[in-house]
Amino acid sequence: MRSSGAFKVTRRDLMVVGAAAIAAGAAPAIALDEPAASATAWPEAVFPTVAFTVNGEPRSLKVDTRTTLLDALREQLHMTGTKKGCDHGQCGACTVMVNGRRINSCLTLAVMHEGDSVTTIEGLGSPESLHPMQAAFIKHDGYQCGYCTPGQICSSVAMLKEVEAGVPSLVTDDLTASPEASLAEFRERMSGNICRCGAYSNIMEAIQEVAGRKA
Amino acid sequence: MRPFTYERARTPREAAVAARAEGAKFIAGGTNLLDLMKLEIETPTHLVDVNGLALDKIEPTGDGGLRIGALVRNTDLAADPRVRKNYLLLSRALLAGASGQLRNKATTAGNLLQRTRCPYFYDPNQPCNKRQPGSGCSAIGGYTRSLAVVGGSEACIATHSSDMAVAMRALDAKVETVQPDGSERAIPIADFHRLPGDTPHLETALTPGELITSVVLPKPVGGKQVYLKVRDRASYAFALVSVGAIVHSDGTGRVALGGVAPKPWRDEAAEADLPRGAKAVTGRLFAEAQPTDENAFKVQLAERTLGAILTEARANP
Repeated sequence: MRSSGAFKVTRRDLMVVGAAAIAAGAAPAIALDEPAASATAWPEAVFPTVAFTVNGEPRSLKVDTRTTLLDALREQLHMTGTKKGCDHGQCGACTVMVNGRRINSCLTLAVMHEGDSVTTIEGLGSPESLHPMQAAFIKHDGYQCGYCTPGQICSSVAMLKEVEAGVPSLVTDDLTASPEASLAEFRERMSGNICRCGAYSNIMEAIQEVAGRKA
Repeated sequence: MRPFTYERARTPREAAVAARAEGAKFIAGGTNLLDLMKLEIETPTHLVDVNGLALDKIEPTGDGGLRIGALVRNTDLAADPRVRKNYLLLSRALLAGASGQLRNKATTAGNLLQRTRCPYFYDPNQPCNKRQPGSGCSAIGGYTRSLAVVGGSEACIATHSSDMAVAMRALDAKVETVQPDGSERAIPIADFHRLPGDTPHLETALTPGELITSVVLPKPVGGKQVYLKVRDRASYAFALVSVGAIVHSDGTGRVALGGVAPKPWRDEAAEADLPRGAKAVTGRLFAEAQPTDENAFKVQLAERTLGAILTEARANP
């Protein structure tokens, strides 16, 4: 974890100093006589406090402004159920629900979530009491390596709520009507969750079962 | 990511004042900005969080249009019953973009301000006039399949990657803003995005600190409204070519294209040829085109995509 204050050398300084100093292993003790070779003055790292609930439990933590919600969950709260895949909002492994809506936790800053309610895979169910979607993924073998699975499950739980709430999708034919709980709808709506093992057909069976339709 | 300071703005004016300082940037959904900050393509020293501003409503205007708050999320805008009924093109365009997770965060204003997905802009090891003015354009003479065929310059051939903006252009939206001095203005969407010329790093008409507060749609124009996006995957990919069209029963209408230019590409004179068919329209839209061997297909693809829309519109008006 980062600590504030004691470390005065900025990362830019280290980059300017270059490989020799780093190779010498002297990083914390470097004293720089010359300013960094940039006109931009980078501020010191800032560590505000932010408070939000995670799975119903109030949490308050000091975070570097740069800390994503994903890193706050994993590295500071040690809730490692939420996975870091691409870290750029492309794979969906980090999907959590914030105030009931699914988002990519890698593309949002922890400090932006004051007062929010975060739900992660740990909050959906437990090994003793699985969420129906978790049970359905197990029953239908909706994974192989399992790395994308927490994101798939959080995304699919929130996705079914979106269908119920009438949120349309690309494949909704009639935008003035409620969307159908169909395979085509589920496939389109889950396109933000990538599975490198290719367990898509089993994931769809699990989702369809929970949605109350025969796979 | 570089270190930055952070504040939550309480009023639009306060946000504009705070963001006027050099190195400051607004953050709303953050889905594009944080991606670019991780790559140190965007390196703000101060972030002004505008999520607390009450700019998240969709309200009717006095003349029968809709005022869309800058912070309305893409999901909510696409799902709004008034948009689905009267501005179908906008719903369709929004739903063609990104993923469910991203649409839940991405905002109306942020969508307009998203940066290009030109692979050379995204690679800090390559010269890019947009990322580092004056460094050169690696795309010209590079791999250009996804890049602009029209509207580019000797300095930049990046495309604007928004689907929503294409619909906004066809619908004649106006972008409402507040300046740090408190003055307000409305910018027609046609004038909002700039062509690259020799300053591709300047992408919009916004001045330092100027905050988008809303996007206003004029009263509904009716017609059959279609957004057809052609891409390498069926979902969750940027457009190779997209066509936003409004086709009336008499054959007239409007056309704006995405994926082909540095801004949503529309020409009111060209669309006057709509009753004569797709080729007549795209012929004029691409009159000044300078495609490469790799992206010349976009010209024909745009014609065929518009042709498919017109055929469908004639069959099912």
